[in-house]
Amino acid sequence: MTSSTSAVGTAAPRLRLGGDDGWRYAPAPESTDHVELRDRYGLFIDGEFTDAADGRTFETANPATEKKIADVALASDVDVDAAVAAARRAYDEVWSKLAPQERGKYVYRIARVLQERSRELAITESLDGGKPIRESRDVDIPLAAAHFFYYAGWADKVDYAFPGRGARPLGVAGQVIPWNFPLLMAAWKIAPALAAGNTVVLKPAETTPLTALKLAEIIRDAGVPPGVVNIVTGAGETGASVVQHDDVDKVAFTGSTEVGKLIRRALAGSGKHYTLELGGKAANLVFEDAAVDQAVEGIVNGIFFNQGHVCCAGSRLLVQESVADEVISKLKDRMETLIVGDPLDKNTDIGAINSRAQLDRIEEYLEIGEEEGAVPFRTSCPVPERGYWCRPTLFLRASQSHRVVQEEIFGPVLAVQTFRTVDEGIAMANNTPYGLSGGVWSDKGAKAFRVTSRIRAGVLWANTYNKFDPTAPFGGYKESGIGREGGLSGLHAYLQPEEAA
Amino acid sequence: MEPHPRTAHGALRGASFESPSIDAVGVEERVARLCSRSIKKEAKLQALHLTLSMIDLTTLEGADSEGKVRQLCAKALQLHAALPDLPHVAAVCVYPALVGVAKRALEGSGIHVASVATSFPAGQAPLEIKLLEVKRAVEAGADEVDMVISRGRFLAGDYACTADEIASVKEACGDAHLKVILETGELGALDAIRRASDLAMRSGADFIKTSTGKIKPAATMPVVLVMLEAIRDHYLRTGRRIGMKPAGGIGAAKDAIRHLVMVRETLGQDWLDPDLYRFGASSLANDVLRQIVKQRSGIYQSFDDFSM
Repeated sequence: MTSSTSAVGTAAPRLRLGGDDGWRYAPAPESTDHVELRDRYGLFIDGEFTDAADGRTFETANPATEKKIADVALASDVDVDAAVAAARRAYDEVWSKLAPQERGKYVYRIARVLQERSRELAITESLDGGKPIRESRDVDIPLAAAHFFYYAGWADKVDYAFPGRGARPLGVAGQVIPWNFPLLMAAWKIAPALAAGNTVVLKPAETTPLTALKLAEIIRDAGVPPGVVNIVTGAGETGASVVQHDDVDKVAFTGSTEVGKLIRRALAGSGKHYTLELGGKAANLVFEDAAVDQAVEGIVNGIFFNQGHVCCAGSRLLVQESVADEVISKLKDRMETLIVGDPLDKNTDIGAINSRAQLDRIEEYLEIGEEEGAVPFRTSCPVPERGYWCRPTLFLRASQSHRVVQEEIFGPVLAVQTFRTVDEGIAMANNTPYGLSGGVWSDKGAKAFRVTSRIRAGVLWANTYNKFDPTAPFGGYKESGIGREGGLSGLHAYLQPEEAA
Repeated sequence: MEPHPRTAHGALRGASFESPSIDAVGVEERVARLCSRSIKKEAKLQALHLTLSMIDLTTLEGADSEGKVRQLCAKALQLHAALPDLPHVAAVCVYPALVGVAKRALEGSGIHVASVATSFPAGQAPLEIKLLEVKRAVEAGADEVDMVISRGRFLAGDYACTADEIASVKEACGDAHLKVILETGELGALDAIRRASDLAMRSGADFIKTSTGKIKPAATMPVVLVMLEAIRDHYLRTGRRIGMKPAGGIGAAKDAIRHLVMVRETLGQDWLDPDLYRFGASSLANDVLRQIVKQRSGIYQSFDDFSM
C-alpha cells in the first residue's frame, strides 16, 4: 500500500544523539565580570569579618579547574567560643527582646538582597562548588531566597503556629551544613532559626564556604544586629567544636549518616535539641502503566541533578520488568544528550564533581559495582582534561546485595533493577537502611497513592522528582535522619513550649 | 459519511488502538528545560541557515492571486538580494488552484511545490471529493500534499475511518509526499495528539504536521515534542523515518532555534534536514534573515529592508 519501506535496513535503528558530528552548541559561558571575589576571607563573628585567632587558613578551589580561588580562615575552638559567645550575647540582649514583627523585617530584608544579588551568588556557587549554572541560577539561589521569604512570614505569627502551647525560641543554634547545596542549606538552617527568634553559629563545608560568606555580607548589609548570625569556616574539627559547644542549645546538621551518628552519640545526655538530615538511597519506582517518556525524564532529574550530589537523589531505579527494556533503552538515549563540562556554561547538564576526595569515592564505587557483577553503561560525552569529572553512569543488573545498591554513592551513578509485582517493588524500595525519599511513576492515581503510602521515606514524589518548596517538610526515616526542615515542622524544630523555656 | 470500501485497518477501532500515555506536566517541564539551551555564535548562525532551508513559504488565503504566488516564488528563489549565499527554502505551499503558477515559477530550482488539499482547512467534504482534489493538485505539479484529517471522526473514536482516509489519500498522492495535518488545536489533549500521530504514521504519512494555521493554538512546543517522540518511537520500531512539520505560530527566529534544539535532543542529527523537518510559516523567513544580518554585521536592520 505505502511506498516507503526502503528505509528499513539490516542494522537496528539508532538515533544520532550525542557525538561531535552535525549541529553542535557553541560554548555559552556565563560572564563572571561583575563578580567580586576576594583573595582572603575571614570568619564572620559578632558582625565583623576577622582572621582566625591563630591565623590559620585553608584553601578553597574551583573543582572545574583545580585552581585556588581564595584563602579562608580556619576556625579553631577559640574562634568557635567567640562566635557562640557573640550569639549568646545577641540572643540575650537584642534578638530575644526584639518585637517579632521587627525580626520578620530583617529576615525579609535578607530575602530581598539575596534576590538582588542572585546572579553573583549563582556564579559564585558554580565556581566554588562545580554545579552547573543552570541549576545554581534556577534552583539553588531562588529557593534560598524563597526560604527566607517563607520563614520571614512566620516571625510575627509564631504564637499562632502552635495554638495553646506557647512558643519560645531555643536560644543559640549551632548549625553544620554540607557542600552539595551550600547557600540553600544555609538558608534552610538560618531562615527558620532567625524567624523563630534564635541566634546562630553556622559552619559551612570546607570545599564550599564562599556563598555562606557572601550571605554573611548580605546579613551585615541588611542591618541584622551583630552576633545574631555568626559564620565560622573550617573542616570537620570546626564542625565538631560547634556541635559540642556547651552553650549551644540546638544542633542542626545536614551531612553524612556516618557523621550524623557521631553527633547523636556526642549529644546523648546533653539535653540539646537536634535535627539531623543524613544520607539516602532512594528508590525511583517505574510501573508499567507510567507515561514512559516523562518517567525517563524524572529518572534523569532524580539522579543526575547536581551531579548526583543530592541526599534525596533517586539513586536506585526499580522498573517493572514488562517495560524495563523500553525504559532502559530510552534512558540511555536521553543520557547521551547530557552535556558534562564547564559549570559556568549555560548548556552544561552535569558540572564538576565537588572535590578530588568525592571523585575518588565515586570511582571506587564504579570499580566495586563491576566487581560485584553489575553491568556498567557510561555515555560517550567528552569531558575536560583538568578538573574532577564523572560521566553519567548506569549499573544494570544490579542486585539488592550489591554495595552499589545498598550504599550512598553521592555521584551520577544509578543502580538499575527490575521487579515483577507491585509488592515486590515496594519490598525492594524499603529494603535499605535509609528512608529519605522516593519516587513513583504510574498513570493510575490510586496506585500512586497506595504505593507512596507504603514506602518508608520522609519525602515521596509521584510522577515527578526533586521538587522542593519551603512550605513542605523535608527529612528522613531510619538512618536518613531525625526531625524535619521546611514548612511548619521546620519552624517547630527551633521552638519549645512556653513551660519548657 | 458512507462506509469506506477498505477495511484493512478495522483493528484500529476504539480502545483496541493503543498509544503510550502522556503526562502533560512532565512534557511542559521537559520543554522548559530544552528552552534553557543557550544557542550562540556559530551554532546560532548554523541554526539560522538550517531554518531557512526548512521553511515551507506559505500563502493560504482566500484572496491569494497568481501575482501574489509569483511574488512568493520569487522570494523563495532569492530570499535577500544582499546575501546571495543563503540556502533556498524547502518549498512553497499554496492552494491547489495555484499549484500550476507556483510550479512554473519554480521550474528547475529544486524548490518543491506543496499544496494543501482534502478540503483544507476543515476537511468537511466527502472522501471522493477530497481524493479528486488531491489528484488534481498532483496533476498540476504538486510535489507534496498537505492533507487534513477528519477531526470529527477521530475525536469520536473512529480511528479506522481516519486511518483509511489517510491511506486513500496516500494512494491518490502517487509519488507526491504526504504530510498529514492533525490540527492539534482541535484535538484537546496531548494523549489524543500522540494517538493521532501514531495513526497517521501507520497509515502512510511521510510527514506529520501540527496545524492548518487557521486554528489557535497551533505549533506549541509541548505539542511538537509529543509528535517528535511519536516519530522517534515509530522509527525505533520500524526503521522508517517520518518527517515533522510544525506550522502556525512560529514567527520568530528564536522560536525556530528552540524547535531545532528539541529535534536535536529528541530525534538526533538525522532529522536536522529539510527532507525530515519543515517549518510551515509565512513570516518566519524575514526574522531569520534579519538575525543572520545581525550575526554578520552586528546591527539589526529595519523590517522594511527585507522584501515581503
